[in-house]
Amino acid sequence: MQEPHSAPSQLLVSASPHVRSKETVSHIMWQVSAALAPAAVFGVFHFGISALSTILVCIASSVSCEAVVQKMTKQKSTIADGSAVLSGFLLALCLPANIPWYMPALGSIVAIGVAKHMMGGLGYNVFNPAHIGRAFLMASYPVAMTGYTMNNALGHAKSLLGNTDAVTTATPLCILKLQGYSALIEQFGGKTQLYKVMLFGNHNGSIGETSALLLIAGGIYLALRRYIKWQTPCIMIATVGIGAWIFGGQNGLCHGDPIFHMMAGGLIIGAFFMATDPVTVPMTKTGQMIFAFGAGVLTLLIRLVGGYPEGVCYALLLMNTLTPLIDKYIYPKKFGT
Amino acid sequence: MKGMLFVKYIWKINRRPLFFGGIHPRENKQLTKNKPVQDMPLLETYHVPLKQHIGEACVPMVKPGEKVFKGQKIACATPAKSAIIHSPVSGMVTDIGMHRDAVAGSAQCITIKSDGKDEWLPGLLVKRSYLMLGKEDMLEIVRDCGVVGMGGAAFPCHTKLSPPSNKTIDMLVINGAECEPYLTSDYRLMLEHGDEVIRGCLIAMIILGVSQCSIGIEDNKKEAITLLREKVQGTAVKIIALPTIYPQGGEKMLIKAMCNREVPSGKLPMDVGCVVHNVSTMKALSDAIEKNIPLIERIVTVSGSSIKNPLNVRVRIGTPFSDVIEFCGGIREDVASILMGGPMMGIAQSDACAPVVKACSSILAFSKKEIHEPAESACIRCGKCIDVCAMRLRPYMLSILSEQRKYQTALLDFDLLDCIECGCCSYVCPAKRNIVQYVRLAKAKNTLINKSARK
Repeated sequence: MQEPHSAPSQLLVSASPHVRSKETVSHIMWQVSAALAPAAVFGVFHFGISALSTILVCIASSVSCEAVVQKMTKQKSTIADGSAVLSGFLLALCLPANIPWYMPALGSIVAIGVAKHMMGGLGYNVFNPAHIGRAFLMASYPVAMTGYTMNNALGHAKSLLGNTDAVTTATPLCILKLQGYSALIEQFGGKTQLYKVMLFGNHNGSIGETSALLLIAGGIYLALRRYIKWQTPCIMIATVGIGAWIFGGQNGLCHGDPIFHMMAGGLIIGAFFMATDPVTVPMTKTGQMIFAFGAGVLTLLIRLVGGYPEGVCYALLLMNTLTPLIDKYIYPKKFGT
Repeated sequence: MKGMLFVKYIWKINRRPLFFGGIHPRENKQLTKNKPVQDMPLLETYHVPLKQHIGEACVPMVKPGEKVFKGQKIACATPAKSAIIHSPVSGMVTDIGMHRDAVAGSAQCITIKSDGKDEWLPGLLVKRSYLMLGKEDMLEIVRDCGVVGMGGAAFPCHTKLSPPSNKTIDMLVINGAECEPYLTSDYRLMLEHGDEVIRGCLIAMIILGVSQCSIGIEDNKKEAITLLREKVQGTAVKIIALPTIYPQGGEKMLIKAMCNREVPSGKLPMDVGCVVHNVSTMKALSDAIEKNIPLIERIVTVSGSSIKNPLNVRVRIGTPFSDVIEFCGGIREDVASILMGGPMMGIAQSDACAPVVKACSSILAFSKKEIHEPAESACIRCGKCIDVCAMRLRPYMLSILSEQRKYQTALLDFDLLDCIECGCCSYVCPAKRNIVQYVRLAKAKNTLINKSARK
C-alpha cells in the first residue's frame, strides 16, 4: 500500500452518524431549572429568607447526596449534569417556606438517594424523585408540612406593622377543604379578587406554587424550546378544570369553579414541570396525553373527595406507576403496517 | 381572515404526504452548490476494486502485464447479482492484490498504470437511439456497461430494471432528493446533464413498461426543479418538489412522499408497484444505451471544513481519495475525520488511500469541531428518538436491549431488521447514545446466532 501524498496524522474512525445535535442531558436540565427560576425568585420575595434557605438546603443536600452515593458505588460523578440540582430545586418549590432545615435536607436525601439512585440512577427511576421526597416529608412530618404558618422575621415584622398579609392565612385549598367555597370567596373579597391573587401569587402556599403567572411563563418557554410537549400540561390542567366545573360545585352538576381549581395548589408546577419529566412519564405523545389525563382525574378526586386538600403530588406518583404499562402498549405503528 | 384559513387548509391537503419523523441537520451545501463540475486530470495509477456493488465480487478478466484500453472489461460478473467492471484508463495492468477499500477496509483491486493516452477501446463507442432498441437488447447493454445504482446502494441496474414477472410495476420513482448535508453531486448533475437524466428516465420507462415516472427533488434545489420542469415539458416525466427533511431520499420515505404507498416490512419497493433509481444512475443509463459508454466515472462532491477548496469533481473509478483531495487544494492540518458519503450515513476512513468506487457520492473531511465522540450515558427516556424515527420504531429499546445483549428480543419483538440505519435517532439523542451502532451490533449478532442455529 502506497503512502498518500497528503497523509493526515490521526483520523477518527467511528460509526455513523458523524454529526450530532448540540443538545445534551445537562443542557435540558439547566434549561428547566432556568424556567423555574422566576417563580422561585418570586417565592423568595413573597415568603422571605426562610424560602431562600429552604431552596439552598434542598439543592445542597441533593447534590451532596448524589456525590456521596456515586463515590461510594465507585461511579463517575454526574453532579454537573444538573439533574440533582433540578430535583432539589423542584422539591424545595413544593415545600412550605418555614419548615426547619433538617426536613428539606432529609427530603432531598430520600429523593436522590432512595428514589433516584437506589432505583438505578438517572434514567432508571420509576418515580419522580422530588415528589417522593415531598410524600416522604408529608408522611413523616404532617403537622409541619401542612402548617403553612409564618414564623419567620419577615412575617412577624409585617404583622407588627398591622399588615395582615395573605401569607399569614391558610392556603386557598385548605380553606376550600375545611371551610367551604363560600368562605373562600369571602376571605378574598370576591371572585375576581380571588383570581387576581391566585394569578399573581399573593397568597399562602408552597414556595414555588403561588405565582401562576410566572410558572406558566416558564412552562411556555420550555414548550416553545421543545423541551416539553405542550399537550401534557394543557390536558392535565384542562382535565382538572373541566372536572372541577362539572363535579366541584355546591349546588349540583356543572356549577363548579374551574378557574380557581386550575390555578390552585401545585397543579401548574406539577403539570408543566413534573408531568413532563422525561424519565418518569411515557415516551410517546399519546402516552403522555393519557398520563396527563389520568393525573388530572386523580388530582381532582383527591381534592374533591379525598382527605388531603391538595392531590397533585400523589396523583403524579400514582400515574408514574402506570408509565411502564402505558409504554408497553402505546407506541407508534411501524412503517408499512 | 376566513380567506387565509381557507388558503392554509388547501395548502395542507395539497402537500406531499410526509413520512413520520425525520430531522433537519445543517445542510452546508453552500460550500459546493454553485461550483460547476470540474474534471480530474489524468493520473498515473488507478486501483479498481473488484467489488463495487451489492452482490458477489467480480472475477478478474485480465492478468498483470496485460495492456488495457479505456472502457475495456477487466472483471466479469459471475452470478446475476453482480456488475461488470471496466478499466477507467488506457494503460497496463501492473498488479491484482489487496488494497485499501473505502467500504470493506481492504479488498482485491486491479492496479492499472496509465499510459497517458486515455484511449477508448476501439469500436466501443457507438451512437444509437433508444427508440430503435428492444427491451431485451437494452437490458443486455445495461448489464454490459456495468451500470449500478449510484445513490449509494450500488445495486446492479439491469437486475432492478427486470423485476420478476409476478410483480406489476406501475410507477418509476427517480431520487433527486440528495437529503444528506454537504452533498451536491446529484444537484450539479441535474443542472448540467438534465437532458441525459430525462432521456435515461424515458429509457427506463420503456424497459419497465410503465407510463408514470416522477423525479423527486427536495425544495432546497430550486434551480434544478425549475430547469428540469422546463425540460420535461411534453414528456411523460413529472417533477415533484419534496419538503427538505432528512431522510427524504431514503427509498421507503421517497415512495411514501411521492406515491403515498408504504413498503411493508421485509418487502421491496416492487411489492408496492414501484422501482426507485437515482438521477445519476439515469444519466449512466442514458450514456450506456445511447453511446455504449460503460460506467467508469462519476461526480463526487469534495467538501467539509477541512478541505481547502471544496469542489464538485468528475472522477474516474479507481482514483485514490488522496489525489481527489489534492485536486481540491489539499486537506487542512486540523482534519479529524474523512468520510465517504454524507455525515449521517457515511463511512469513516482510516486514511486517504481508498479508491473512488461507483457508489461514492462524496468525500468529506471534518475537523474536531464538527466531529466529536461525546461520552454515552443511560437512556433518559425522553422519547426524542421515537419522534424522529422515519420507520416509526422504538430506537431506545433497540439500544437498551443491545446493551443488555438481548439481541433476539430486539429482533423478534422490536422490529430490529426494519431499521434503515439512517442515524436520526443517534443525531437527536441527548444522552449521546450510539443507537445505530447498537442496532448494527444486534443485527450482526443475530446473523451469527442464525448461522450457528442452522449448522
